[in-house]
Amino acid sequence: MNNPNSMFARAIPILFGALFLIGLVAPFAVYPTFLMKILCFGLFACAFNLLLGFAGLLSFGHAAFLGSAGYVCGMLVRDVGVTPEVGIIGGTLAAGALGWLFGVLAIRRTGIYFAMITLALSQMVYFVVLQWKATGGEDGLQGVPRGHLFGVIDLSNNIAMYYLVFAVFCIGFFIIYRAINSPFGQILKAIRENEPRAMSLGYDVAKFKLLAFVLSAALAGMAGATKTLVFQLASLTDVHWHMSGEVVLMTLLGGLGTVLGPLVGAATIVSLQTELADSVGSWVTVIMGVIFVVCVLLFRRGIVGELLALIQRAGIR
Amino acid sequence: MEIFGVPSALLGSQLLVGLINGSFYAILSLGLAIIFGLLNIINFTHGAQYMMGAFVAWIALNKLGINYWVALLFAPIVVGALGVLIERTMLRKLYKLDHLYGLLLTFGLALIFEGIFRDQYGISGQSYPVPELLQGGVNLGFMFLPIYRGWVVVAALTVCFATWFIIEKTKLGAYLRAGTENPQMVQALGINVPLLITFTYGFGVALAAFAGVLAAPIYQVSPLMGSNLIIVVFAVVVIGGMGSIMGSIITGLGLGLVEGLTRVFYPEASAVVVFVIMVIVLLVRPAGLFGKA
Repeated sequence: MNNPNSMFARAIPILFGALFLIGLVAPFAVYPTFLMKILCFGLFACAFNLLLGFAGLLSFGHAAFLGSAGYVCGMLVRDVGVTPEVGIIGGTLAAGALGWLFGVLAIRRTGIYFAMITLALSQMVYFVVLQWKATGGEDGLQGVPRGHLFGVIDLSNNIAMYYLVFAVFCIGFFIIYRAINSPFGQILKAIRENEPRAMSLGYDVAKFKLLAFVLSAALAGMAGATKTLVFQLASLTDVHWHMSGEVVLMTLLGGLGTVLGPLVGAATIVSLQTELADSVGSWVTVIMGVIFVVCVLLFRRGIVGELLALIQRAGIR
Repeated sequence: MEIFGVPSALLGSQLLVGLINGSFYAILSLGLAIIFGLLNIINFTHGAQYMMGAFVAWIALNKLGINYWVALLFAPIVVGALGVLIERTMLRKLYKLDHLYGLLLTFGLALIFEGIFRDQYGISGQSYPVPELLQGGVNLGFMFLPIYRGWVVVAALTVCFATWFIIEKTKLGAYLRAGTENPQMVQALGINVPLLITFTYGFGVALAAFAGVLAAPIYQVSPLMGSNLIIVVFAVVVIGGMGSIMGSIITGLGLGLVEGLTRVFYPEASAVVVFVIMVIVLLVRPAGLFGKA
């Protein structure tokens, strides 16, 4: 019992179980739309964290995946008339394909160049969405119907919609959790820590990076597609670079490279934005900027990272 | 007179716009390259600092009665001083960490500056009058050249080449280049490297502000003028590679011209053409046109 790590390992299933139960009963205590927003952004941030926190790749263009999947899902559901689950799958696949394109180009450079390339590519996606008629330009895609899940369950009921979002989140989270705790995840960490070494051990570094990028993009897309159904809207803000910055902030604030950090960060930022939107108006951007600066200068481990460090220190003593 | 079925006046004026944009790309990517060389960070605040240069000039004119010519010197000094403050109080703490933290910090700062100006002035632009001396235009025969636009290109290129001269041909530039190669060694030789770093950041930022003042009479002075530009400049930097000063200048100008041509022949693509070129360069020559290895 003295080893904090083994204590910790035993606590994890209990923690996840408790969170799962909270997730099940939450819509009866809190406004479901608010919860759905948190879960969508939470999944988005977790997908982003897979890339930055575990593979050490800073993508500054993740809005492109969130947004394009949202548009694809919206067009499929509204204009083609498929059921919502097909829309989500379609959006996810589209984001994965886009992620492959981005990845093939961006992994040719590392570090800061990688960030700049992904940002530039996502800006290109932004202009395409802005100018293309099918995406509705400045208006975005409006009036996307939630439809009937599997053609049976009516999603216009907020509680039903919530459970779909919760299920999508759990699936996405499980995939990420499995990926992190698999040999694949270990190799990603090895690449993050020492790329030449990983290469000399015989790993095809480029292939693993690309795989991580596609997986992250697809899951970000899954979050985006689901978000479109929740709000019945796909808009330009979802593809704008501000959104790419926001997901970095959520991940950083919650705790880079921690499993639950991005969810905590997303919940904090979404609550903050909801709280502040009425009272301070355009100062929200300034406050986001200040949180960014404070996180980078003083709080690099993030909320969950600091908590973990605290627990570990207590365990050692 | 027509060239490729396009009236020469249209072609000429779009090429001029391209040349002006290219001059801004050149100054901004030059500043980014200098800062990156010594500090190893990408200055995301660069766009906001360009915007603040334009705003300082606008505020100086309307509140303090400072004219354009003084503002050309005054705004870079004010914004550069703010840059020095940022470097001394914040960036300095990050040099030992992963370079990505510098990018994140400057991104946060960009949000702060942009947000403050948006709160104060809204998103609609303010107009800045063209200085009296540079009003009007000349007829070149094949096109009409507004004098101010010609001046912007000349001024921007002069500053670019002056910067190139300082870095490549003077003692101070030699320190800077040596500091880029091996800061510990330069420090050991008795040169105050931290001061050099502060100076470099301030100078790079001042360049951005200078570009902002030049841009003020052409574009609307608006809080968002920098953020859209800076992403294109990032693509320019990826295309050119940050290894060479002259490379930054040539790439910036060249891409501006290509963008101008695109606006004549296929206007829909003009917003993305630089990004498309970036993709091609990444496929063919991943290190960038002027990059090493």
